[in-house]
Amino acid sequence: MARRGTPEVNASSMADIAFLLLVFFLVTTTMDVDSGLSRKLPPPVENTENEPPIDIKERNVYVVLLNMNNALLVEGREMRIEDLKEGAKEFIENPLNNEKLPEKKNKDIDFFGNYPVSKGVISLQNDRGTSYKLYLQVQNELIAAYNELRNEKAMQKWGKKFDDLKKKQKKAIKKIYPQRISEAEPKNIGEN
Amino acid sequence: MAKFTKKGKGGTPAISTASLPDIVFMLLFFFMVTTVMRETDLKIKLKLPEATEIKKLEKKSLVSYIYVGKPKKSLQGIYGTEPRIQLNDVFAKVSDIPDYISSERDKRDEKEVPFMTTSLKVDEETKMGIVTDIKQELRKANALKINYSTRKKAE
Repeated sequence: MARRGTPEVNASSMADIAFLLLVFFLVTTTMDVDSGLSRKLPPPVENTENEPPIDIKERNVYVVLLNMNNALLVEGREMRIEDLKEGAKEFIENPLNNEKLPEKKNKDIDFFGNYPVSKGVISLQNDRGTSYKLYLQVQNELIAAYNELRNEKAMQKWGKKFDDLKKKQKKAIKKIYPQRISEAEPKNIGEN
Repeated sequence: MAKFTKKGKGGTPAISTASLPDIVFMLLFFFMVTTVMRETDLKIKLKLPEATEIKKLEKKSLVSYIYVGKPKKSLQGIYGTEPRIQLNDVFAKVSDIPDYISSERDKRDEKEVPFMTTSLKVDEETKMGIVTDIKQELRKANALKINYSTRKKAE
């Protein structure tokens, strides 16, 4: 019986070929996930001179200044960047109802009922000579302050982290601690 | 004595390599699927700053990138060492940003435009001046959602 079919293909080099391809993709792969600090810019303003500036009481503003020498001035005093988070948290929360710290206004909030919400605004101002690294560190600390407060509140109420809450619960907490970081119009102070 | 001779004969059995190609193929497909080829050639030196409170960027198709940093060593002879803006594959001026944003918008569906994000990939040694200029241009162009690209800080 002459059985003449197609001769079987030798598959032993298949592994080598596959390895070759594998190595190629291993080398070319970049696994970087894009991540970063999300912020929202204020909408463009036209003719700032004509509009009267919005009146915000001094006690409600937490002024953070960054100069060209990368020094940090918070509420008129120098501060190290490590202390900024705690300072911002105390400012937003105002636990002892200090008169120098922001006022509170009662608002109706789901789950919490009538709750005093701080009117505090953080104002961040930087110079053209400030380094981007420091600027982002400051942004990071300020966002961290808000995130920690939200986490603490979530823990206290539901025993869960803020990220694990349901949408409605998140919304309520966001109403208690709204993220209010305002960036002033750029100024040119220290550039030569 | 038969017992002992029997044992000697066996030795370690050879491991079958017949399934090796399958395993390798599996890995290969994994990497093929997860691979993202770099779309733009970086012409600048980019070392992103570190941060802890980061969020992942979702919907990569809706993100447009702006790179800022010093030109790479090999290009410093032509372009100097001052930080520059790179849009797509070319160096650009601050005044080119509105055009870039509107061209990015034209590529997308009209419904998706409000969800578009601009990712600022800025080298950590850059001064804020150029970043502020970019932010002002973005404001004028009404591209208000931005993301400062960072690395995750090792804890």
